[in-house]
Amino acid sequence: MKLSYFPGCSLDGTAKEYGLSTQAICQRLGLELLEVPDWSCCGASSGHSTNYLLGHALAARNLILAEQQGLDLVVACAACFSRFKKTDIVLKQNAELNKKMEGIMGTPYKGGFEIRHLLDVICNTIGLETIREKVTNPLKDLKLVPYYGCVIVRPQELTQFDDEEQPQAMDNLIEAIGAECLPWSEKTDCCGASLSLTRVDIVKKLAGGIVDMGKEAGAQAIITACPLCQANLDMRYGEDGLPVFYFTELLGLALGIDGNSWLERHMTDPMPLLTSLNLVRGE
Amino acid sequence: MKVITVTSTGKKETVDAGFAERVQQKSGKELRQCYHCLKCSAGCPVVFAMDWTPNQIIRMIQLGLEKRVLSSSTIWLCASCEACSTRCPNEVELPAIMDTLKEMAIRDSMGREEAVIQAFHRLFLNCLRQYGRLHELSLLVCLKLVALNPFEDMKLGMKMFAKGKINIFPTRIKNIHQLEAIFRTFGQSKRSRT
Repeated sequence: MKLSYFPGCSLDGTAKEYGLSTQAICQRLGLELLEVPDWSCCGASSGHSTNYLLGHALAARNLILAEQQGLDLVVACAACFSRFKKTDIVLKQNAELNKKMEGIMGTPYKGGFEIRHLLDVICNTIGLETIREKVTNPLKDLKLVPYYGCVIVRPQELTQFDDEEQPQAMDNLIEAIGAECLPWSEKTDCCGASLSLTRVDIVKKLAGGIVDMGKEAGAQAIITACPLCQANLDMRYGEDGLPVFYFTELLGLALGIDGNSWLERHMTDPMPLLTSLNLVRGE
Repeated sequence: MKVITVTSTGKKETVDAGFAERVQQKSGKELRQCYHCLKCSAGCPVVFAMDWTPNQIIRMIQLGLEKRVLSSSTIWLCASCEACSTRCPNEVELPAIMDTLKEMAIRDSMGREEAVIQAFHRLFLNCLRQYGRLHELSLLVCLKLVALNPFEDMKLGMKMFAKGKINIFPTRIKNIHQLEAIFRTFGQSKRSRT
């Protein structure tokens, strides 16, 4: 199966482990990812925060480029995903904006393709049955709490793949890869997002509260599907935090892929936990 | 239509009866339906740091207190997490309204609070105009200099660099002229949505 793929700025920078593990699992699962040619930043969040039309125009450039690939679009970053879903609707309604974008890009936007988050594609297109069959290294005894954050699931009428208050996609994925999913209260709470660089105090409080609740629930690690969530929980807690994994990293380990090139990039070192459970080969 | 009124604190304050209408028109979002059930403010993760709660902002828009709204810290601190809009019984889309208020505050030079967040947005967009993609290192360095806090996060930054999470050089997209055209066409904030 071929999909058009938008990595976004984070996956090439602070979230390299997400980008690397995404490529690895998709290859293993038979998903061919064709990167949107010459993609640019989706504009989140400074574009839409300060200028409505500019915000949509920045996202629109990528949608127009993706449309020319003639495939459905998969997005790994939660913020990019949310922006594209919103801009897709606006471009179809706002003829003037669409026309101006046509003037810049040379082609108008029709939008006959689906825009989906990677988590949705893995859980609902590849499917948990296929994943269970392909797991060669079940993550036995690994206790996880799933952290969805905000805009992957909210608002549901936009994201269209999981419940906005009680999402299940990652819960089910955790079971499929042989780990244990613990119930907890912070599934869809906000980590503070891009305030991370401007109001460190706020993000420390929010991310700290989330990690604390994960510990209280008895988790050994947190699993997430958003670069900003991972960064905030992983970086803003301090010394004795929990490892915070992208779902693609743990799926990769369960599929028997050597994950050293991505696991070594974490701020909170996950290797002691993974080696103690014999889930990775020692150095 | 503007009238002067006297508030309960005895200070004179301008009330603009057309403000609510302008916010609705620019955001495309209905806000008169709000009956202040406080669901938004109860669920807002950042409310503890705001000078006004989200529903107070809506109330002040309804009352035409333009200056108080646009000079608040609340509009900059909203993290666009969408918890409020998801739970609102009257489908008031607060994050979109907060974006409109930020845009108005910038356009009319009325933003007073959270100068670092305002600088972040400017630097972020400058970076996109220059490269087409975000270059985290240059954004971070410029931001900490603007905030006069160059050593905040330095230790963290060094560790991230050691972990290979930080690219020293930016990547410039091939068709950067398209970004330039986008900024030329849409860079100046408009009063309407088109």
